[in-house]
Amino acid sequence: MPPDLWQFLWGQMRRQLRVGMSKPGEVLNPLLFFVMVVTLFPIGLGPNPERLALLAPGILWVVALLSNLTVSGRLFAADFEDGSLEQLALASHPLALTALSQVVAHWLLSGVTLTLASPLFAVMLNLPVQAIPVLMASLLLGSFSLSLVGAIGAALTVGIRRGGLLLSLLIIPLYVPILVFGVSAVSEAANVGDPMRWLALLGAFAAGGIVLAPLAIAAGLRISLDS
Amino acid sequence: MWQIIHKMGSPPWFYRFAGTVLRWALPIVLLLLVVGAVWGLLFAPPDFRQGNSYRIIFIHVPASVVALAGYYVMAFAGAVSLIWKIKMADTAMRAVAPVGAALTFIALVTGAVWGKPTWGTWWVWDARITSMLILFFLYVGVMALFEAYENKAAAAKACAVLSLVGTVNIPIIYKSVDWWYSLHQPASIKFSGASAIDSSMLYPLLLMIVAFYGLFACCVMLNMRAELLDTHRGASWLQRALLERD
Amino acid sequence: MAFESLQAAWQMAGHGPYVWGAYGLTAVVLIALVWMPIARARTVSRQILAEHRRAQSARPASVSSEVSDAS
Repeated sequence: MPPDLWQFLWGQMRRQLRVGMSKPGEVLNPLLFFVMVVTLFPIGLGPNPERLALLAPGILWVVALLSNLTVSGRLFAADFEDGSLEQLALASHPLALTALSQVVAHWLLSGVTLTLASPLFAVMLNLPVQAIPVLMASLLLGSFSLSLVGAIGAALTVGIRRGGLLLSLLIIPLYVPILVFGVSAVSEAANVGDPMRWLALLGAFAAGGIVLAPLAIAAGLRISLDS
Repeated sequence: MWQIIHKMGSPPWFYRFAGTVLRWALPIVLLLLVVGAVWGLLFAPPDFRQGNSYRIIFIHVPASVVALAGYYVMAFAGAVSLIWKIKMADTAMRAVAPVGAALTFIALVTGAVWGKPTWGTWWVWDARITSMLILFFLYVGVMALFEAYENKAAAAKACAVLSLVGTVNIPIIYKSVDWWYSLHQPASIKFSGASAIDSSMLYPLLLMIVAFYGLFACCVMLNMRAELLDTHRGASWLQRALLERD
Repeated sequence: MAFESLQAAWQMAGHGPYVWGAYGLTAVVLIALVWMPIARARTVSRQILAEHRRAQSARPASVSSEVSDAS
C-alpha cells in the first residue's frame, strides 16, 4: 500500500477516534445499555444461578448484538449530513478502505470497550469463570464482524430518514452466523468442551468480512450519496 | 444464446415474448399444480410413520426449494443490473422479491402446520425452519429497502447490493444454525432423509417441484409485464401492443 | 384412491384439518400471487387505452394518421 494512502487511512481513523471520544456519551451509552439490559435478564428469568449460567452465553451475545445494532445507525450519519462523506467519496483514495478505517475506529470504541467490560457482565450472569477468556476472545472477534455487517446496513440506509428500524431488519439476518459461532464458543468453554473450533469460525468470518464488506459498504455509500 | 439475452433487455421485445409464453405456460402450470395436489392428497399412499399429515410435504418442499432458488435468481438479476446496467434486470429483480417472499411464507406456515400433528408443536426450531425464517426476513428486507428510497434508480442498486450480501450469507447462515442445533436437538425431530422416500411419493413430489418452478417463472413474468405497463405508459410501442391485442 | 371414501379423504384419520388447511391456505396465497399482477396489468392497460383514445379524439383526423405512420 502506498505510504500516502496509509497515512490518509491512519489519519481518518484517528479523526474518527477523536470525534468519538470527544463525546463520551457515544461510547458510554452503549455500555450502559449493555449493563441495563443484562440486568433485566436475572429479573425477568428469575435469579436461579444454574439457569442463569446456562443462559449466560446466549444472553451476553444477544445483548452484544443489540448494542451493536443501536450504534451502527450512527456510523456514517454525521459525515453524511455535513457533506464530508461526499468529499471522501470523491477523493482519490479508495472509498472501500476509507470506510474500513471508519469501521475499525468505530469497533475500537464500541466492540473493544464491550469486550473489556464483559467480565463484569459474565459475573453478573453467573458464567463459569473459566469461560471468561473465551468470552472476551469471541466478543473481540465477533464484535468486529458485527461492526462490519452493521456498516453495510448503515451504508445502505444512511440517506433514509428514520432508517434505524429498516437497518435492524436488514442486518439481523446477517448477524445470525456471528451469534451462533459466538454463543457456541462461550458455551463450549463453560462446559469444558472445545471452543477453538468456534473461535476459528469467528476468525474466518471476520477475515472474509474484512475483505468483502468494505466493497459492499463503499457501494452502499455511493448509492446513498447518489440518491 | 447471447442474442436472446440481449433481446430480453428490450422492454418491447420482452413484453411481447412474456405475453406469448404466458398464454400457454400459465394454464399448463396451473394444471400441473392441480394434478400434483390431487395426486398427493388423494392418491399417494399414507406414510408408515406419519400417516396422512406427511401429505403437506407436497407443498412444503417445493415451496422451500423454489423460495431458496428464487433468492439466488433475485441476486443474480441484481448483479446483472449493477454490472451491465441493464434496466430490465432491475425489473426482474423486483419482480422476484414478492414471489419469493410469498413462497417462503407458504413454506413456513405449511412447515408449522405439518409440525403440529407430527411432532406435537406448531414450531420446532431446527436448522431448516430457522433458515427459512431468516430467508423470509431477507426477502422482506429487500422489499422494504426499495420502498424506503425515494430515488427509485438508487433504490434498485441498493437492493442489488443487499441481495448479493444476503446471497453470500445464506449458506453460512444455514450451516451455522445446523451445527448449533445438531448439538442440542434430539435426532428424532429431524426429518428422515429424502433418500428413503418411496417412488409412489417421490413422483408427485417431483411433479409439484416442477410445477412450483413453473409458477415462479410465470409469476415473475406477470410481475414484470405489469411493471412495464406502469413505467412505459406513454410509450408508443406499448400502445401499439395493447391495440393489437384488442 | 388411497382412501376408502371421500369422507375418509376429508378426515384423513384426524389429520384432515391440518392437511386441508395447509393446502387451502397455499391455494389462496398462490391464487392471489397470480391474480394481483393480472388485475394490475388490466387496470393500467385500460387506463392507457382510454388515454390514447382521448388523445386521438382531441386531435384532428389528418394529424392522427401522421402519428400512426411515424411510429
